[in-house]
Amino acid sequence: MMDAYRQNHDDGPLLRAAGISHFYGDRIGCRDVGFELWPGEILGVVGESGSGKSTLLNCLSSQIVPIAGRLSYRLRTGETADIYDLSEAERRMLMRTDWGFVHQNPRDGLRMGVSAGANVGERLMAVGERHYGNIRGQVTDWLGRVEMDMDRMDDLPTQFSGGMQQRVQIARNLVTGPRLVFLDEPTGGLDVSVQARLLDLLRGLTNDLGLSAVIVTHDLAVARLLSHRLMVMRRGEVVEQGLTDQVLDDPQHAYTQLLVSSVLQT
Amino acid sequence: MTAPRTSPSQDDGYNFAYLDEQTKRMIRRAILKAVAVPGHQVPFGSREMPLPYGWGTGGIQVTASIIGLKDVLKVIDQGADDTTNAVSIRRFFAKTAGVATTEKTDEATIIQTRHRIPEMGLGDDQIIVYQVPIPEPLRWLEPRETETRKMHGLADYGVMHVKLYEDIAKYGHIETSYDYPVLVNDRYLTAPSPIPKFDNPKMHGMGALQLFGAGREKRIYAIPPFTRVASLDFEDHPFEVQAWDQSCAICGADDSYLDEVITDDQGGSMFVCSDTDYCQRRVAAGHKGAGDA
Repeated sequence: MMDAYRQNHDDGPLLRAAGISHFYGDRIGCRDVGFELWPGEILGVVGESGSGKSTLLNCLSSQIVPIAGRLSYRLRTGETADIYDLSEAERRMLMRTDWGFVHQNPRDGLRMGVSAGANVGERLMAVGERHYGNIRGQVTDWLGRVEMDMDRMDDLPTQFSGGMQQRVQIARNLVTGPRLVFLDEPTGGLDVSVQARLLDLLRGLTNDLGLSAVIVTHDLAVARLLSHRLMVMRRGEVVEQGLTDQVLDDPQHAYTQLLVSSVLQT
Repeated sequence: MTAPRTSPSQDDGYNFAYLDEQTKRMIRRAILKAVAVPGHQVPFGSREMPLPYGWGTGGIQVTASIIGLKDVLKVIDQGADDTTNAVSIRRFFAKTAGVATTEKTDEATIIQTRHRIPEMGLGDDQIIVYQVPIPEPLRWLEPRETETRKMHGLADYGVMHVKLYEDIAKYGHIETSYDYPVLVNDRYLTAPSPIPKFDNPKMHGMGALQLFGAGREKRIYAIPPFTRVASLDFEDHPFEVQAWDQSCAICGADDSYLDEVITDDQGGSMFVCSDTDYCQRRVAAGHKGAGDA
């Protein structure tokens, strides 16, 4: 993975956010957030509930257009696009080809009324694939990569456990070979053994594919395991950012120190 | 313009064709817009009609707005001229507009239909009015109206194929057999109303103007004459229409849409044309079916 990381490094950052601010009336969603995300890099965003993590993620994935700030993204063509200036059609296209969004609750990211296979194949059909055999082949391949049993392919997600639903959601997002994935608490609500397997899977996939990702979590263990760099948020603002190990092992800001010390030590 | 003539059979208690003139103008404006943007659903102020939703309130309002004194009206329900819905609506217009009615497809200038397109080809001097229960083809996949409108605006129709995919995964072929989604003029995804997919190819390049009215959902849409209408499919699972091993027991037709009619309590049945006018014409021309009925 490190090879791919270095290889892409010369081209400049994949995503560059500057001065992202969003308010809900008088309340702060997030304020003046800026960072650069490089190809193959995984950025963790941690902080307690209500610290603005999800608002930030929604701004970054352009589901919310923030009140202020710029977000530029380097397209596959090499050009840099200002995300908030794109038309709705262009944003949707980007969202389903080059980007992925994994919701905390699989019900928000899946169509619960259609089979797992159809869920995974939807993006392919949305970008114009019209050959059933080809779609089926890619769906099979991807369900295999997220370690799903093939005989569950035509079952509804409602018949799956939470962990399996999350796997389907991940496959559904990765099927078009995106370069950037947003993950919102991908392991929230799962028991620890399922969490561990899902984290292994995510780490393997991001390494193999050289994916860039922004992962929002309140679980420092998840952040340590997956992310290269870490951003700590509090009351809508970034209070500290740096390499993951550096932030977690030598926290500088009082809030980060509190956060790190509130994890049970074994 | 002369004032509407009152024919002997017309009931003076109603305005011509039941609806008041302002309502008809409003509906005509919606129809004009619908014709200008083929396949696009145009909202209109649907009125209460003297029949329940689901019985053709949309179709009847469209017909009322376009019908004139010289028009000849044919009404069919599942292809038949003699079923309750068809008889009632035909009588409704005979009474409120005093227009001539017919059961013959080629004599009609306006054909209001529920769930079928006549077997006989329609010409450019005719108009076919469909009764539509659910005008939104994406409704079962996306419940939010705001979102489906956006999807139409962006021609974002990939999800419709998800439904077809689901059919093939479950049954090995596309099981959807009525209200089979079509793409009109290479742009708008459109519900053809619950006609069997057998009739879908007839919509393509049809000479007649096709108008669709959904009363409860308050939408009108249209397919102008000679417009491209394509049924969605996959490259390796192309669109196919229904076929029968039987032919019509009455007229022997093997090219028309057949209904299975139960004839006794022992499981006996026969297949007959759903289009009664087509069947009777064939019988009159000397064709005979194998049925002993």
